[in-house]
Amino acid sequence: MNSIVCVKQTVDLQQIRIRKETREPIMENVPLTIGDIDKNAVEAAVRLKESGGGKVTLVSAGSEDLEETIKEGLAMGADEAVLVVDRKLDGAESFVVATVLAKAIAKVGEYGLILLGEGSADNYSGQVGPRLAELLDLPLVAFARSIEVAGGKLKAVRNMDDCLEAVECDLPAVVTVLSEINEARIPAVTQILKAGRKPKEVLAPADLGADLAALDQKVQTLANIAPLQERKQIMFKEDADTAVAKLLSALQADGAVGRY
Amino acid sequence: MGQILIFSENDNTGFELVGKGLEIGSATGAAVAAAVFGTDVADRANEYLNRGVKKVYIPGAGKEALETFDAAAYAEALAQITAKAEATLVMMGCTRRGKELAGRLAEKLGAGCVNDVNGVRLEDGRIVYSRYALGGMTVCSQTVVAPVAVVSVMPATFEQAPKVMPGGDCVAVDFSIKPVRVRLVERQAKTTESVDIAEAKTLVCVGMGLGGVEKVALAEELAKALGGEVGGSKPVITDQKWLPEARMIGLSGKKCKPQLTVCLGVSGQVQFMVGIREAKTIVAVNTDENATIFQYADYGIVGDLNEVAPKLAALLK
Ligand SMILES: Cc1cc2nc3c(=O)[nH]c(=O)nc-3n(C[C@H](O)[C@H](O)[C@H](O)COP(=O)(O)OP(=O)(O)OC[C@H]3O[C@@H](n4cnc5c(N)ncnc54)[C@H](O)[C@@H]3O)c2cc1C
Repeated sequence: MNSIVCVKQTVDLQQIRIRKETREPIMENVPLTIGDIDKNAVEAAVRLKESGGGKVTLVSAGSEDLEETIKEGLAMGADEAVLVVDRKLDGAESFVVATVLAKAIAKVGEYGLILLGEGSADNYSGQVGPRLAELLDLPLVAFARSIEVAGGKLKAVRNMDDCLEAVECDLPAVVTVLSEINEARIPAVTQILKAGRKPKEVLAPADLGADLAALDQKVQTLANIAPLQERKQIMFKEDADTAVAKLLSALQADGAVGRY
Repeated sequence: MGQILIFSENDNTGFELVGKGLEIGSATGAAVAAAVFGTDVADRANEYLNRGVKKVYIPGAGKEALETFDAAAYAEALAQITAKAEATLVMMGCTRRGKELAGRLAEKLGAGCVNDVNGVRLEDGRIVYSRYALGGMTVCSQTVVAPVAVVSVMPATFEQAPKVMPGGDCVAVDFSIKPVRVRLVERQAKTTESVDIAEAKTLVCVGMGLGGVEKVALAEELAKALGGEVGGSKPVITDQKWLPEARMIGLSGKKCKPQLTVCLGVSGQVQFMVGIREAKTIVAVNTDENATIFQYADYGIVGDLNEVAPKLAALLK
């Protein structure tokens, strides 16, 4: 069975700094990466391939850096990538991304599963999977913690707020995975080198008949700023006994713990 | 604007949305309706009417498709109700089911969607939603400019609507829904925790630095000495299973507002910090003096939690 994994290129959150005066995130020159949970989705697809055959195609929409960023996913064991590249797709809203991905997926050919992370590393909004399932009119199993394919069927356990549910459905289907589904492999250097030679199809939205300008904006972002954070940042670097004693008196002075 | 439709499979969350919906409605003139699916619909519909909802939609013909959760079937049913109710704002609970449903329903309705909402306010005649972005590093304010909005709101964001004199009615809707495709094989209820760490005044948070499940006792000892509860980072809970899920802190877990929180062996990444950002005092214990958490802490001890935690507990006693 062939699988498609939709991955998102995002900024590496660890590298973002906040501009003090405006409390806005500084997004310039931040390294790009594939989201953590997206990697769990890639891992799940590669494991299905390893046990049952087929190929794994990565599909992604984003800015021109995508060709470089996607190598990480290819190095993990995906076979090929279909990339839709346009500057306007960088940080585009979910409905635009889902529309473009649906059109790209239509070009991929036969598949049994479309896998995504339950949420992206940056926005964690979790809309693209459900929107994609609706656009392609496919069954959706979200928040999967385990998946298995047998006899043309998907068997999955989804982790809901109050229960675990074992469910099944026919293929093809859309699945969003939780990070707990597996531990994503870290590719070896040789794999990373080989990834550069794996087939990549790079398309513009127009090649798919998608006109980004014609997709009306649905959600408008008015502001995006870090909340005020004022912490004392007092460090105790002495031996444990002294440090603990100093900490306790500081906490007592603040009224954070009762006096003893 | 049109009317407001409330839906959550969790009634307590639903009543919270009713509270906010009525508030928006009194400012904009929108009527508040609700949809109730699943079991005991008649009784549950009454509960909504008791809280000031004017119309509650329950499934009539075709209700079999809604007995278990298939996002496609739920989205179809809710789309039909949204049209009937002339709703332009659908407010759902941001439970996992709610989140799975919101995007699908929005796509069906051509709507704009905002998930994980933790604040709703009226500003210059429009509704502004806030949610965390960049893993919790920032708070994002968004408004929906599409004609219809589907938003999912985090549970416990608003107060539940109080009971009032009921004055609405319950309407059964006959659906034509395609057959369910996601079949439920087995459901296993989670053992629910009686404590809610979001309510704790004092919190001891453990991270991967704890090293093993046998060390949880060490955190419990300190929590006891402080009169607080123990919570954990995501990997401690979802990967290691050292603590039950209800004790997870952060973006995907609980957002807590304790007076004091002591973090043991937590590195301090944004997705964790968002869960304790509103703590009054943050203490961090970490062997790595460059650990990020020290930037977000009031007090930091560079040291081994195995040594520091018992000493602190002993001093407190
Ligand atoms: C979309 C998304 C959502 C997420 N949601 C959450 C969430 O809700 N909650 C959450 O917690 N994470 C979440 N994460 C994961 C998050 O990014 C981090 O991976 C996680 O918080 C790290 O957990 P940790 O600090 O326990 O572990 P680590 O980062 O491994 O840190 C362990 C720390 O322990 C210290 N240490 C080691 N030994 C000792 C010792 N003996 N004494 C003292 N210190 C010691 C180390 O120096 C280190 O700083 C999410 C990630 C994503 C992508």
